[in-house]
Amino acid sequence: MSAVARTWTGRSGPTSLLEVRDLEVIFTRRGRRDVRAVDGVSFSVDAGETVGIVGESGSGKSITSLAVMGLLPNRGCDVSGSIRFDGEEIATLGGERLRRLRKRFQMIFQDPYSSLNPRMTVAGIVGAALEIHGIGTRRERRERIAELLQLVGLPTRAAERYPHQFSGGQRQRIGVARALAVDPDLIVADEPVSALDVSIRAQILNLLVRLQDRLDLTYVVVSHDLAAVRRISDTVAVMYLGRIVELAPTVQLFRAALHPYTVALISAVLIPDPALQVGRRRIILTGEIPSPANPPTGCHFHTRCWLYQRLDQPERCRTERPPLADRGGGHAAACHFAEDVDGTPEQRQAMGRGVATAVGQATLAAAEAAAAVATVDLDVGDDGDGDVDDDPPLTTT
Amino acid sequence: MSLSEAEARVDTAVATEDVGGSLLKEAWRRLRRDPVAITGGAMVALFVLVAVIGPWIAPYGPSDRAGAVTPTMIPGPSSQFWFGLDDLGRDELSRVILGARQSLLVGVVSLVLGMIGGLTLGVLAGALGGWVDSLIMRIIDIVLAVPGLLFAIGVAATLGRSLQSVMIAIAVVNVPIFARLLRGQMLSQREADYVAAATSVGLRRRVVVFRHILPNSISPVIVQGTLTLATAIIDAAGLAFLGLGGTDPSVPEWGRMLADSQDYLSGAIHLAIFPGLAIVFAALGFTLFGERLREALDPKYRR
Repeated sequence: MSAVARTWTGRSGPTSLLEVRDLEVIFTRRGRRDVRAVDGVSFSVDAGETVGIVGESGSGKSITSLAVMGLLPNRGCDVSGSIRFDGEEIATLGGERLRRLRKRFQMIFQDPYSSLNPRMTVAGIVGAALEIHGIGTRRERRERIAELLQLVGLPTRAAERYPHQFSGGQRQRIGVARALAVDPDLIVADEPVSALDVSIRAQILNLLVRLQDRLDLTYVVVSHDLAAVRRISDTVAVMYLGRIVELAPTVQLFRAALHPYTVALISAVLIPDPALQVGRRRIILTGEIPSPANPPTGCHFHTRCWLYQRLDQPERCRTERPPLADRGGGHAAACHFAEDVDGTPEQRQAMGRGVATAVGQATLAAAEAAAAVATVDLDVGDDGDGDVDDDPPLTTT
Repeated sequence: MSLSEAEARVDTAVATEDVGGSLLKEAWRRLRRDPVAITGGAMVALFVLVAVIGPWIAPYGPSDRAGAVTPTMIPGPSSQFWFGLDDLGRDELSRVILGARQSLLVGVVSLVLGMIGGLTLGVLAGALGGWVDSLIMRIIDIVLAVPGLLFAIGVAATLGRSLQSVMIAIAVVNVPIFARLLRGQMLSQREADYVAAATSVGLRRRVVVFRHILPNSISPVIVQGTLTLATAIIDAAGLAFLGLGGTDPSVPEWGRMLADSQDYLSGAIHLAIFPGLAIVFAALGFTLFGERLREALDPKYRR
């Protein structure tokens, strides 16, 4: 572990709201091999900043977010390392102390259908946190709920309704309102838009950005959607098989990624501009992501790495875990041959001139499309449902 | 910015008419429009009504000699005795009517007892998990390995011949069914994000279990309860048929009436038909209603 501990792990200073050090999450099941879902992850998040964590499924990004939230099950799951929230160690914190601290960090969930209790009204869902932390009188709480609903762009009369009466996008707004109810400092969003219709995604992302400006929020956003992460993050951590392989300021990452995996990821993002897209070539990674129960030795990525092949399969990649080392400018990459990535045709093709901005524009384009859809919907939207999602309007008469 | 304007306008377009409500209200609305559910509900209502007001509407008392019979000549249905007479000259209609109360009583009491036991074990297993869960579930597996009616016969025979032992026997058979059902529901609900959300908001474990997990796990239990009433009535009849029911001959039981009719099947088939139909009627009513209730409560059938 010392190799990792000594290496650069992000800008950390007195302002860091969240500091994760050498986080390890191991799932143990009797009769089965232990699964090291998170393997020595370190990063820090400054107040007011947004850190995006990207990776494929199985990369450990969601587990990392659950660990930060203290939501991992007690049984069959070993968490080690340090998670400091505003200077307080929360990884080992349990019971009542943790429960009281919870109002300072909240979570937005991926699935707006399963994340809202179907038997509670919106007021009950949003207000539960206020009630449990004894915030305000009944009347003040009701006013606060109305205020929150307005804040996330829902009418106040939504309070008396049940989740099934809303569309996916609206449900996600309810989830956001719930997270905001206790006025948290940190919000962890696990794939906040990936369950939503493409036309709705930009709306929710914009909402998150707007709320951040207005309420001084700090975000950790977990997603497999590079474009979404690019849109809202200041810093991006790329995870692969439980490890952070690259950590860099967003602009930096999309301008010149230094890890072969990141380069491959970026090369796969579609750019809604044929002129730019035509000159690009996707780097196709061979095979599936290996099982976290039996990860490759050395660098986890070497089994699928294009650079490893290019460099004639250097032994170092198979035997030695590459440290997440600073390459200057707050840009860290865990690759023995990060210098060799810089300037390769693959990197140039993936990033290219204008691509860095274009990846962001992919989201913008989606936003415009959403606006168009929204306008259209208003014309036919008198079914009183207001859905712009794919789910059919609910008829209840 | 045009985007946020459009966004804002979309959002105000949330359901303008005041329709919908809680899931239970919606389920009730769907049930009321379902002819099968209405049929089942009506059959249940009739059964319960007869059980309650039976003594006042029965033309004869349970032990009254209403007409003359000989072992070879037992009159069938007539305008005077709609369901005919039994081997002792008692009015069959009156006995079927009065038997309803016994069936309902046994069904409801055994259901309630079975639910109390089953749900307690289910909540313990589902909420605590770990070794408590393992222990409870292994015991339940053992009990379920024995066929239900056989197990009930064993319990009733051990407890002695009485109505109480029939109730207890049927309740014991139902305990594992409810326990396993509730535990399974709670386990699947426990994985839902809203439970994690409730925890992350800072709710206590107890509150999460009783206010969030349990209410969302209970619908299948309600359905199972309705269906269990049907089997409880059949089981009660079965136990009475085998001579394990109540001992008082002045209290008619459908199962015992069926058993008694065996000796006269060739001459007086009506003695088997009418109690049999009564059992089928009551059980079918609960089954139809329960099945439709299941569909009405299931979000998958929601339109």
